[in-house]
Amino acid sequence: MPNAIEVRGLVKNYGTLRAVDGIQFSVAAGSVFAFLGPNGAGKTTTTEILEGLRPKTAGDVRVLGLDPWTQGAELHQKIGVIPQDFRFFERITPAEGIEYYSALFGTHPDASAILSRVALSDKADARYDTLSGGQKQKMGLALALTNDPEICFLDEPTTGLDPAARRAIWEVIRSLKREGRTVFLTTHYLEEAEILADQVAIIHHGHIIATGTPSEIISAHGRPPRLRLAAGPDVAAFVQRTLGATATVENGYVEVVVHDKDESLRVLSAVQSSGLPWSSFTTEHDTLEDVFVRMVGRMDDGALKSEGAT
Amino acid sequence: MKFRRIGSDLKVVYLQYRRNPAALFFSFFFPILIVALFGYIFSGAGSAVTTVVVLNEDQNSPASVAFLAALNNTSVVQVQVVGGSSWTPSNFAAELGSAGASVGLIVPAGFQANYSAHTNVSLALFVNPTDAASAGTAEGAIQGVANGFNLHAADGRAIITIASIHNVGSQIYTYIDYLIPGLIGFTILTSPMFSMVDIAASYRKDGIFRELSLTPLTRSEWLTSHILWYIVLTFINAGIMIAFGVGVFSAHLSIGLGMIPFLLVGTFLFVSIGMLSGTVAKTPESAAIIGNIITFPMMFLSGTFFPVSSFPPWLQTVAHVLPLYYVIDGLDQAMLFGNWNRAALDLTIVLVIAVVVFVMAVRFFRWRDS
Repeated sequence: MPNAIEVRGLVKNYGTLRAVDGIQFSVAAGSVFAFLGPNGAGKTTTTEILEGLRPKTAGDVRVLGLDPWTQGAELHQKIGVIPQDFRFFERITPAEGIEYYSALFGTHPDASAILSRVALSDKADARYDTLSGGQKQKMGLALALTNDPEICFLDEPTTGLDPAARRAIWEVIRSLKREGRTVFLTTHYLEEAEILADQVAIIHHGHIIATGTPSEIISAHGRPPRLRLAAGPDVAAFVQRTLGATATVENGYVEVVVHDKDESLRVLSAVQSSGLPWSSFTTEHDTLEDVFVRMVGRMDDGALKSEGAT
Repeated sequence: MKFRRIGSDLKVVYLQYRRNPAALFFSFFFPILIVALFGYIFSGAGSAVTTVVVLNEDQNSPASVAFLAALNNTSVVQVQVVGGSSWTPSNFAAELGSAGASVGLIVPAGFQANYSAHTNVSLALFVNPTDAASAGTAEGAIQGVANGFNLHAADGRAIITIASIHNVGSQIYTYIDYLIPGLIGFTILTSPMFSMVDIAASYRKDGIFRELSLTPLTRSEWLTSHILWYIVLTFINAGIMIAFGVGVFSAHLSIGLGMIPFLLVGTFLFVSIGMLSGTVAKTPESAAIIGNIITFPMMFLSGTFFPVSSFPPWLQTVAHVLPLYYVIDGLDQAMLFGNWNRAALDLTIVLVIAVVVFVMAVRFFRWRDS
């Protein structure tokens, strides 16, 4: 399958500030791509360049084979965008908004079908200014679907929403993928990316610091799985001495690095037969969020240290 | 440019507007309010006394003296008889002007003889068109006294009549006649200025322009639909004010096709100025300030409430650089005086300014950031 989005050596400067510094990634057609990064990392800038809302400084950007800035009019027929913090005419209803967008795009979508798939049918005739935050975001999603887009750009679509509204948006994203559309998603919620995304890229200080599927990123950048025992330091010392395993002590728990289930069983049976006191165990895996926080935090610590040195 | 897109944008503008009570008030109730207010204040039943400068050419005949005494007794005008070598019928108008008088009357020679013989005699009335309130008051008073004399002498047949001498037209204008074109100009200015400045600045701040940039709607289509919308509003406002002015205050207006170009071009101009002000401002707050700086001097100095010719000369110079002056002067020429040459000149000036501002507005107006 060809790539829906192709980015090579993308650079964006704001005056002397380099917001995006030569990034590179591609998004396969029909996949869900999550673009992650802390605030100010260059996430929204990159997204806006892809949408044709901002010109790039340098590099090559192709969205559906088009240059978003110079061929924006053609591109906008084929993509749907919900910008971060979607705003619309105060006194216009979702149904009227869909009618308006259909006329602008020259499309003839089934308005009630669009409203029901974003779970907004009951508010079809409510003015925008009476909608809740989640309903406004759903209205944005509905408008983004009026032109039957090949790519949907969702810039932090669930920020500030309650869990039920967030899950409703997730369901829409899944259905977009089932229909063969490409979804480009930015989000602050790492669990959202982990659940929805086929591919993830993490951007930090204008650089991409990790790409791949969520599990690839976790295994490449995360810690190995750990067995976590509710036990004292004597257990940690015992495990290290007898099995040569890495064990750490923290707040009444002992964490032992284990690489597979056989190793886990060996540790558990050794501890059990040692006669030392312990009560329960869990197994710990890094989530995408753990990896993200560690990677971003480590880089910021490094930046702080180097700043301190100068 | 696609009409389908302009039409659908126009519909959104209309719905937004229809659901905004403040906008409805300013479009429909405010014009009536302002016509009523100024109409009652300035053309009310003349509590102020108007001085009528009289040149009596009938050698102070008893009939003419009686007529002037009756006029003085109406208590709405005060008769001031002048004489001497400097006051002659041929330079009466000039002398009135230099004496600062608004109303003058010549009682012709043979007034008594004609009156007694029941043959027609014409009084020459001189009025200052810029002081229409005095003119109207004086005309009413003189007409009333003349009617009384006619009734007394000849069972109401018109013997004494007023031949009005006027520099630009054949009828007497009242304040309301000047007020209506001025107020139409006022709404042509204020209705687009106040809302376009705000729309231009707040839609940019709220990202609505960005949102629209992701659709096939173009900037010129968007501007066109807004210009069309304010033209519709201008016609509604003008219609309401004319109907109210004519119906309630008996304004003498010729309502013809001549005013239409001014409604079109004037609205085009102020939508463009509003758009430009809102576009160059950094925030909605500074846009409002820029809008007010542009709007307020024009609101009062362009002949909206008072004729520009009644201003001191330096203020007239100021008025002549304000675009609204040419809209209102053109409306005056078209609706009151039928002076089409001057109306065409006014229209040309407004059109040129409008095109320049429109081009600048389109040039500076951006959907997207860079």
